[in-house]
Amino acid sequence: RRQDVLTVTPWLAPIVWEGTFNPEILDSAYKPLNLTIGVTAFAIGKYTRFVRRFLESAEQHFMRGYQVNYYIFTDSPGAIPRVQLQPGRRLVAVPFQKHSSWQEISMRRMEAINRHVAEVSHGEVQYLFCLDIDMVFHNPWGAETLGDMVAAIHPGYFRVPREQFPYERRNSSAAFIPEGEGDFYYGGAVFGGLVRKVYEFTRTCHMTILADKANGIMAAWQEESHLNRHFLSHKPSKLLSPEYLWDDRKPKPPEIQLIRFSTVDKDYKEVRD
Amino acid sequence: RRDVLVLTPWLAPVVWEGTFSRDILNAQYVQKNLVTGVVTFAVEKYWFFIEGFMRSANKYFLAGHQVNFYLFTDSPEKISHLQLAPENHLFVIPIQNHSGWQDISMSRMHIISTYTHSQFQYEVDYLYSIDIDVQLLAHIGVEIIDALVATISSWRFTPHREDKAFGRGPEPQAAIPEGEWDFSYTASFYGGSVSEVYKLTRACFEGVMEDRGNGLEAQRQDESHLNEYLLHHKPTRLLSPEYYWDAEL
Repeated sequence: RRQDVLTVTPWLAPIVWEGTFNPEILDSAYKPLNLTIGVTAFAIGKYTRFVRRFLESAEQHFMRGYQVNYYIFTDSPGAIPRVQLQPGRRLVAVPFQKHSSWQEISMRRMEAINRHVAEVSHGEVQYLFCLDIDMVFHNPWGAETLGDMVAAIHPGYFRVPREQFPYERRNSSAAFIPEGEGDFYYGGAVFGGLVRKVYEFTRTCHMTILADKANGIMAAWQEESHLNRHFLSHKPSKLLSPEYLWDDRKPKPPEIQLIRFSTVDKDYKEVRD
Repeated sequence: RRDVLVLTPWLAPVVWEGTFSRDILNAQYVQKNLVTGVVTFAVEKYWFFIEGFMRSANKYFLAGHQVNFYLFTDSPEKISHLQLAPENHLFVIPIQNHSGWQDISMSRMHIISTYTHSQFQYEVDYLYSIDIDVQLLAHIGVEIIDALVATISSWRFTPHREDKAFGRGPEPQAAIPEGEWDFSYTASFYGGSVSEVYKLTRACFEGVMEDRGNGLEAQRQDESHLNEYLLHHKPTRLLSPEYYWDAEL
């Protein structure tokens, strides 16, 4: 067990760190349920180059022993590599229209996921994770991550005081969080939960994003700002520690015993244009 | 709280004073418009505890929220007039007494599961079974509300060495003794969502019936079957021993 970190939030949601859970007990509870776990990831334009490593590492580390459907949203289905998958796991390329800017693409993800849940994935999976594609799995990601509504703590802000969280601070934005409020700073690269919860969540975020658009404003960190606003008023039932959303450019502090999922080093300018 | 276990190995929080914010939890509870019920039994001489229980529960159990108290008793006429908070309701349900308290203990699970199925599931979202001889001394609030909730009566940590399959050889890298937490739950205070309580009480009743069929009469039958059930269906939230005071201790 861990005494060096917070493992339960004030609303009694567990925070998942290495050493807080026993994977065998969790698997014995979840495996008999015959679940299918969904994963959404967006590979638009040059981001298709990240798909292979994402999938290969997921096959090694993500929900091993469970059925998994990878839903890769892309504007170029032909560019998606056919990676060898374990039995019970499949890849679906979901057509997604390329938009004018990477910010625009980022913001439209909520709408796309929401629509896809309504049309397809609600009938195929029980749990859904929405992940960034420019990431790699390094260590196991298992049933300890399953919950009604799951968010991950952003690696850049887990030891930082609340005043320094990069929440949207303009009160004209629907993602506004005033000073003195906020629990954690959650990362937009990882969220998930029961498929109906993800549906509700992505719908609300999409609505607040549209409200901002109508007012000619774009939140500081795009949909991540809206995600944080939503999780303030509708608290996640489970939090993942930054082990589950790491940035390899950061030096590893002692609290991070294991890095499970982290960014791929890239030239942002080159890949986003 | 660093001095106690706050999370089980299956990631269920263990509720201790100081681990939660009741304000945040109250806001969530109200947001979802939930109603909670309490089931309790007052059979034979236990009618004596009714007033004390109802008075303390009315004051301390989910104060400020609607609570339906379902009181099963064989002496409904002995219940004096009880003043309840406006949001609380008391339903007195007369039952027949069987021979001896062990029998009522057994049929308790049957009664709860039957009534949950036929009535309670339409009236409440969450349901808790609490022994009538329990006195609430401090607030018990919405921190107890979750799918399947059990109260720890005792616990111990049993370290055991991991079996190394490879026999003697170079010293293993980190021979940390793996340990197991052994929890014992009390049947005096448990609950959860109506669907989970239904499944639990039904399974316990069936277990007890099976034992009887095999001529087995366990001590504290309901509690041993409860623990058996919770071993295979892990609680989603545990209440620390702060939440249950054994009147006999």
